[in-house]
Amino acid sequence: MVFSFGGLDLGGVELGRALAAATAISFSGAPLGVFLVLRRLSLSGDVYTHTLFPGVAIAFLIAGESVSAMIIGGLISGLLVAYLSGLVARITVLKEDASLAAFYMLSLAIGMVLLAGNDHAEELLHVLFGDVFSIDHTSLLVIAALSSATLFTLALVWRALVMESYDRVFFASVGGGGAATHMVFITLVILNLIIGATALGTIMAIGLMTIPGASARFWSRNLGVMVVVAITIALSASLAGLICAAYTGLPPGPTIILFAGAGYVASIIFGRFGGLISRYGKRPHLEA
Amino acid sequence: MADPMIQLDNLTLGYDRHPAVHHLTGTFQKGCLTAVSGPNGAGKSTLLKGISGAIKPLEGGVRMTGIASDDVAFLPQQAQLDVAFPISVLDTVCMGHWRKSGLFGTITSAMISQAMAALDVVGLNGFESRPAGALSRGQFQRVLFARLLVQDAYVMLLDEPFTAIDEMTCEALLAVIHQWHDQGRMVIAVIHDIAQIRQHFPQTLMMARECIGWGPTNEVLCDDNFQAAREISNGWVEDAAICERVEAA
Repeated sequence: MVFSFGGLDLGGVELGRALAAATAISFSGAPLGVFLVLRRLSLSGDVYTHTLFPGVAIAFLIAGESVSAMIIGGLISGLLVAYLSGLVARITVLKEDASLAAFYMLSLAIGMVLLAGNDHAEELLHVLFGDVFSIDHTSLLVIAALSSATLFTLALVWRALVMESYDRVFFASVGGGGAATHMVFITLVILNLIIGATALGTIMAIGLMTIPGASARFWSRNLGVMVVVAITIALSASLAGLICAAYTGLPPGPTIILFAGAGYVASIIFGRFGGLISRYGKRPHLEA
Repeated sequence: MADPMIQLDNLTLGYDRHPAVHHLTGTFQKGCLTAVSGPNGAGKSTLLKGISGAIKPLEGGVRMTGIASDDVAFLPQQAQLDVAFPISVLDTVCMGHWRKSGLFGTITSAMISQAMAALDVVGLNGFESRPAGALSRGQFQRVLFARLLVQDAYVMLLDEPFTAIDEMTCEALLAVIHQWHDQGRMVIAVIHDIAQIRQHFPQTLMMARECIGWGPTNEVLCDDNFQAAREISNGWVEDAAICERVEAA
């Protein structure tokens, strides 16, 4: 099957799968990105990607280049590190960032030691940096299923997540489950980093979450609208980036992120709330 | 059923084994309106956190009679919230409905009317759809009081509710406190303004890590007690010995 666009053949079933995967990832990742930004965890997202490494490495050593095995492996090690660092932060004097910083370097070291001397480690690198055009049918189904599950879970915990993000002291005082809410959220983030990584690569996956999340802040002061804006930016960047990559042969992951970056720059300049023009543009002040 | 009350039973609260509240014993009676007074570092905030259950006692305990643990509302000192957080004033007030709504329950139109009425009481009629971050410090404190109104708890714990608040707002919020008192609720508030305590709070607990005085305001706020509060060191003694004091039961 050949996709045509404006009379041009853009590619076969690979592009179709890539577009479908990117759409799914945009829909579930972007709302998480909004919350990552609101919870001041934008940088932690990058850290969490590294925690996937030992699990992915072990899965690779056992099962070879199987995407499903690596998703499961990455999920296990990512969650393990998130829970451990959360636990250390809650029961000792260390704050979450310091505890996470130690654990993620450990994960990286473990992964590298595990892969030392393995002749096929380069194949793993290929996977770690993702290739959206080589997603097979099974992987696409896994991505779609996990994205749907993310959106469903997000809808379930929405109220708790908003309250905990805004006023965790109050939420604790009325008996809300702050720690549980945080863990559900981090689980979703890790899940989406993994499926994002299979398509865009580990490093780029976090970009498709946080860049639209950060951009959305410039366009609304309503959380629901922000989420819609973030999804729109992620989706447009994914589609534009994929088509551009298919045309030019550029690597798709970074191309998508560059398009998202363009949306970010535009938001900084033109954003209605706190954008450069709205802040520094010379417009007469209002009466009241 | 026995009258609702909160008994502090040889309560010691602190951090890292160092006491911030030391061997405090006494009772907050049904419907009391009590000011907690004392110098900085006296353990006033720690006491409220202890009563609300946010921190566990090092020794002794807080015994509530006729008050469910979820019937206690707590307004922390200077809630430092993200002013750019995308949430409206109405939604902020509706957070007070959590105990009723939980994760999945609908915020009914009755609950919304209740929130609107609360905004009316604190003088923020017409502010409901504004972003919470667009309010001034005093207006936001009014929102937090509206949220307490919606919470509808029997015990109100207020930690320095009037710090950095102008006189007009202060009057409006004191009116809310008196309304709670008239409804028979228990209000325990950390207050620094002595004149305000004399004028509005019938009972006072003066503390400086230890209890200095606890009873009718005009008796507690005397020169001897002020002197005693000043004399007790608020210092943290790094190599303090283990406290061996045994309170008579």
